[in-house]
Amino acid sequence: MSRVGIGRFVAVLAVGALALTACGSKIENSGSTSPSKAACGTVNIAVNPWVGYQADAAVIAYIATKELGCTVTKKNLTEEVSWQGFGTGAVDVVLENWGHPDLKKTYIDEQKVAVEYGLTGNKGIIGWYVPPWLAQEHPDITDWNNLNKYADKFKTSESGGKGQLLLGDPSFVTNDEALVKNLKLDFKVVYAGSEAALIQAFRTAEQQKQWMIGYFYEPQWFLSEVKLVHVNLPAYTEGCDADPAKVACDYAPYDLDKIVSKKFADSGSPAAALIKNFQWTNEHQNAVALDIAVNKLSDDDAAKKWVEANPDVWQAWIKN
Amino acid sequence: MPEPLIADERVQAATEPALAVSQLWKVFGPRADRIVGTPLAELPRAELLAQTACVAAVRDISFTVAPTEVFVVMGLSGSGKSTLVRCLTRLVEPTSGSVLIEGEDIRGADPRRLRDLRRHRFAMVFQHFGLLPHRRVLDNVAYGLEIRGVAKTERYRRAGEVLDLVGLSGYADHFPDQLSGGMQQRVGLGRALAVDPQILFFDEPFSALDPLIRRDMQNEVLRLHHEVGKTMIFITHDLHEALRLGDRILIMRDGAAVQIGRPDEVVGAPADDYVRDFVADVPKSHVLTIRWVMRPVRDDDPLDGPELGADVVVRDAVRAVLSSAAPVKVVHDGVLVGMVDDEAILRVIVAEEP
Amino acid sequence: MTTLSAGAVRRRAARLPRGALVGAVVAVWVLLWIPLRGRDTLELSTSELTPLHERVNDLRDAINSSRGSSPVFTAFFDVIRQAVDALTVFLQSLISQPAYGRPVPLIGWLGVVAVATLCAYAVGNLRVAVLTAAGFTSFGLLGYWQQSMDTLALTLAAVLICLLIGIPLGIWAGLSDRLHRVLTPVLDFMQTMPTFVYLAPLTLFFLIGPASGVIATLIYAMPPVIRITAHGIRTVALSSVEAGTSLGATKWQLLRTVRVPLAKRTIVLGVNQTVMCALSMVTIAALIDAPGLGQVVLRALQTLDVGTAFSAGLAIVIMAIVLDRVTTAARDRVETQYRLGPKARGRRRVTLAGLGVGAAVSLYLSYTYVWAAFFPGPDSGGVVGGQVASGVTQASDWVQVHLGAVTDAIRNAISYGLLNPLQSLIAESPWYLVSTVVLALAWIVAGARIVPTVAVCLGLLVATGLWQEAMVTLAATLVATVIVMALGVVVGVWMGRSDRADGLIRPTLDAAQVMPAFVYLVPFLGLFGASRFTAIVAAVVFAAPVAIKLVADGVRGVPATVVEAATASGSSSWQVITKVQLPLARQSLTLAANQGLIYVLSMVVVGGLVGAGALGYLVVAGFSQSDLYGKGLAAGVAVVLLGVLLDRTTQAAARRFGADVGNRG
Repeated sequence: MSRVGIGRFVAVLAVGALALTACGSKIENSGSTSPSKAACGTVNIAVNPWVGYQADAAVIAYIATKELGCTVTKKNLTEEVSWQGFGTGAVDVVLENWGHPDLKKTYIDEQKVAVEYGLTGNKGIIGWYVPPWLAQEHPDITDWNNLNKYADKFKTSESGGKGQLLLGDPSFVTNDEALVKNLKLDFKVVYAGSEAALIQAFRTAEQQKQWMIGYFYEPQWFLSEVKLVHVNLPAYTEGCDADPAKVACDYAPYDLDKIVSKKFADSGSPAAALIKNFQWTNEHQNAVALDIAVNKLSDDDAAKKWVEANPDVWQAWIKN
Repeated sequence: MPEPLIADERVQAATEPALAVSQLWKVFGPRADRIVGTPLAELPRAELLAQTACVAAVRDISFTVAPTEVFVVMGLSGSGKSTLVRCLTRLVEPTSGSVLIEGEDIRGADPRRLRDLRRHRFAMVFQHFGLLPHRRVLDNVAYGLEIRGVAKTERYRRAGEVLDLVGLSGYADHFPDQLSGGMQQRVGLGRALAVDPQILFFDEPFSALDPLIRRDMQNEVLRLHHEVGKTMIFITHDLHEALRLGDRILIMRDGAAVQIGRPDEVVGAPADDYVRDFVADVPKSHVLTIRWVMRPVRDDDPLDGPELGADVVVRDAVRAVLSSAAPVKVVHDGVLVGMVDDEAILRVIVAEEP
Repeated sequence: MTTLSAGAVRRRAARLPRGALVGAVVAVWVLLWIPLRGRDTLELSTSELTPLHERVNDLRDAINSSRGSSPVFTAFFDVIRQAVDALTVFLQSLISQPAYGRPVPLIGWLGVVAVATLCAYAVGNLRVAVLTAAGFTSFGLLGYWQQSMDTLALTLAAVLICLLIGIPLGIWAGLSDRLHRVLTPVLDFMQTMPTFVYLAPLTLFFLIGPASGVIATLIYAMPPVIRITAHGIRTVALSSVEAGTSLGATKWQLLRTVRVPLAKRTIVLGVNQTVMCALSMVTIAALIDAPGLGQVVLRALQTLDVGTAFSAGLAIVIMAIVLDRVTTAARDRVETQYRLGPKARGRRRVTLAGLGVGAAVSLYLSYTYVWAAFFPGPDSGGVVGGQVASGVTQASDWVQVHLGAVTDAIRNAISYGLLNPLQSLIAESPWYLVSTVVLALAWIVAGARIVPTVAVCLGLLVATGLWQEAMVTLAATLVATVIVMALGVVVGVWMGRSDRADGLIRPTLDAAQVMPAFVYLVPFLGLFGASRFTAIVAAVVFAAPVAIKLVADGVRGVPATVVEAATASGSSSWQVITKVQLPLARQSLTLAANQGLIYVLSMVVVGGLVGAGALGYLVVAGFSQSDLYGKGLAAGVAVVLLGVLLDRTTQAAARRFGADVGNRG
């Protein structure tokens, strides 16, 4: 393109662009046009990396923003880092805590920067699961006493001649190595390394009718896609898991609870009351989680859908 | 070919040498400073290396160079000549000995004084040119002046003059890689000349060039020497180049000086077999003066033949000697020192035939 | 026998071919392994801790609890954090996040595209300017405008700081041997230490927020610019430096007029590498809430949404390619900019002015009008993002359903045939036997001087308490490297011999290198299940491109005359390859093996996410479980130690090899 040509091209471009300004709406400064219930301020919610938690956070954020006029900041963090955030002030709320006595000891008892804030109402069940096809064809497999009978079938390239017991997310403290040893099972624990790997393994196993047994937990959105079947280990009794090396019983059921920073609990924010009152069932959480994970709704849309369908549940959370 | 320069007269005329080097050593390696002055220093190179892991690149070199003299240091690769020239400008720090430039010991100069000397007193031309590829020819030539802090207009004016001098008028705005090797070295030469130094050091400047271009460039150096009259220290591995340019030649081997002398001395009276091998293929008639082929005057010599100076090169004397029936008288300072006859001349010429 | 002196033995041994010696050592190893198998393997179960691990945990807790109270501590780190935060937030408010009371950033998409195009032209040429415009527009079309801008802002912030510190430091290291010696191991450590290890502690020091993300990124991205700048300064032609010195230039003048200008091209290459590293790390920093495309990918991973992960990954790849090509063009312009004639310079100026006007107008428009601020298109998925995502999901599902049997067979063949025996040999031998064998092998292939380094590494590996884990990881690493090299030689030779193959394959390799591993983990899991082999495949995808490119360049670098001579004397293609091109490209091959190993090792942690277990899993678990923190850190150190051991040995072997070839020639 010649020099003149370029110049003309630029001129046309500029004029054309200027002409475009005639149409289209202008950007207005948003300023402080938010609802006047500004007393709430900012709430920093840690979002731990699983969809059930995401569902909790979606609903709380939706209600806090829309009903209470809070500014909600969601921070995508792992559990360990979230708890650190209580100390540094970066995190106000952990909405779904799975046990973690060690973290509670550090941050609640020792550093006194966090406080327990009641149960979420969700029941966490941890244990060993098999894909549904397996439970149908071999119903006796759900009893741990029969596992050795099938050990051969569970062999893989990873399990060194024994049956493979697949473990998942590295963030869970597990007893499985001890369980295998103490129940004298002919199995080897193999670490899948991530929740995604575990889910994918169960999904493939169900699709292709492969033998597979692994660690899993509910509530979890994947259970509404593939209804995994729990394998019954010797029943949990109070204190049977006291010595990690000698565990020979199923995992304790978890009552999932909420943790907030001391500062937030003392702030008197209406959001603190909301979080304190927040309580729902596994079905509720699964419904929202399914919308997020499978139906690909955004967090806000999924929350909106649930909020509109269940007004009586959440309105109880924001009374007084 | 230009007249050979008659060196020794100028050497005598000068009161103070432009450069005086004495007992210069450069040893590379661990604790190199502990070698000189001990019996270790007498060891041959390979043994020194084996015993101390040191390499003596320059061993006990001494010489002086007169103002406006062209002094050539010649040796094969690995003989230490490049290290020597770097010691003279302290691009390489000498291990011991002294280097006096116009009476000033540069080994004692502090960094500031050394920089000052480099900026004003001497300059260097390099084997691989060492041009700055991101600068135009003009900026390359003006580089030394820029370092010195000369204002832009002034340094460009001076650089322009030098470009004319080295035959690069019209190439000011080119970049080095757009020029041929010979022209690049002209830029290198120009850069050295631009700072108007008293002494020019050449480190094998033409060894990377084609033979024809090399010849051109040698002529260029000789021409410039006539025009600007600088003292030149010239490093080369090419004997022909050494003989052609040098007023005097220092031949190095394994870091030590084997012989220092005028070209005709080197060719006529090699100091040892090493030098003799070296000069074996040199066309002697081009180098030797008739002083080297004359015989003493005999009583029966006819004294009616023509007269020639003792410093006339054999080749230039051939016609006069052969055309004269009587032997030619060789005269030095008006005194008859010897006779040259046909036979002596022919012996030199025939020896050159392959 | 007794008459043979030690010297004679040594001479005889030296004459034995190295291959035979290696074979002998391995044979002895296997023979000893049979009776000693399973003894002294230093096994440690996953939940067990050594005193060292516990001490690290205690130290972490101590730092954690003193964070609030120690004023020096907070003053120092808070100052850094605030500065980094300020820079990052400023960049974000320019291009990605609502700011200054506006619902949108200061510069909308139109302005960003225009300014990016202008910059690309200013530092590069018209071609990369067009590429930039197209690439930036595609972020919007994929539906990830804001996330892309967040990623870009974080990358820019990290790169700016990297260059601000890295270039001066690199220049200094180029001038000072002592600094260079001190810096090299530190840089090695920064580059090979798995990010997961320092990600969590960083949030202790710098809180959760952009600063931690940026600092994590620059820890990883700074080494290349320092190293390459130092290398550039070191390799400036001696004659130019001497010329400057001989004219009396001061150190500073030399630096300014000779060293830096002549090293500029190399320095820009360092910038390019740093940009690439920063971009790849910004994705991982999403684990500590660094905003941007990484978050999209990680979230998609939670729901195994391959399509979404891919289309966000695609945006990252496009950004990487744009940044790579622009910086590469900038490097070439360093060469050409002096050469432009006055005419071309004039044309360039006019184009620049034109683009400048365009950018100014676009800036104004995108500041003022909604259509130029928000990228047009549906709220989620963008114009084409949705289709890309669903297409990829379908393709991935199809592949998993239809190729499952084949991929299972491949996995089992490699696992049973190669990986299990090797792992059994390495991890089930007593530790002292393996150590002795490794020392002997290092001595044979790399010479005596490497032995102390190797011994120190092995000793420290034992000290980490994770010997067996390290050996399992080593076995998988070796298998992956073998596959990488096989691919490298086959594809590399093909590319080296055919321009067309090169043109076709190279962009794919670029994409494979910059596509975040998180994107392809899910489909690989579908194909191969959670296994060490999946980890190996992921590592191969990441490492093979480097090896392939190095081999291709090596084959390409074989002088044409030698190939012609071989062809003229009637060699077949096969003979040309095996007798001429590969032998002459040997140094490239050893370099490829070295780089292949290091790249494979840098995927150990990702491998831990898909079933590789061992060190990778421990690092991940240490990041997630408070009790395992110390063990995870030890595992990270073990990865570094393996890296140093393998890197130093292969480098020394390569040097020795090069010297041998030199001697023979």
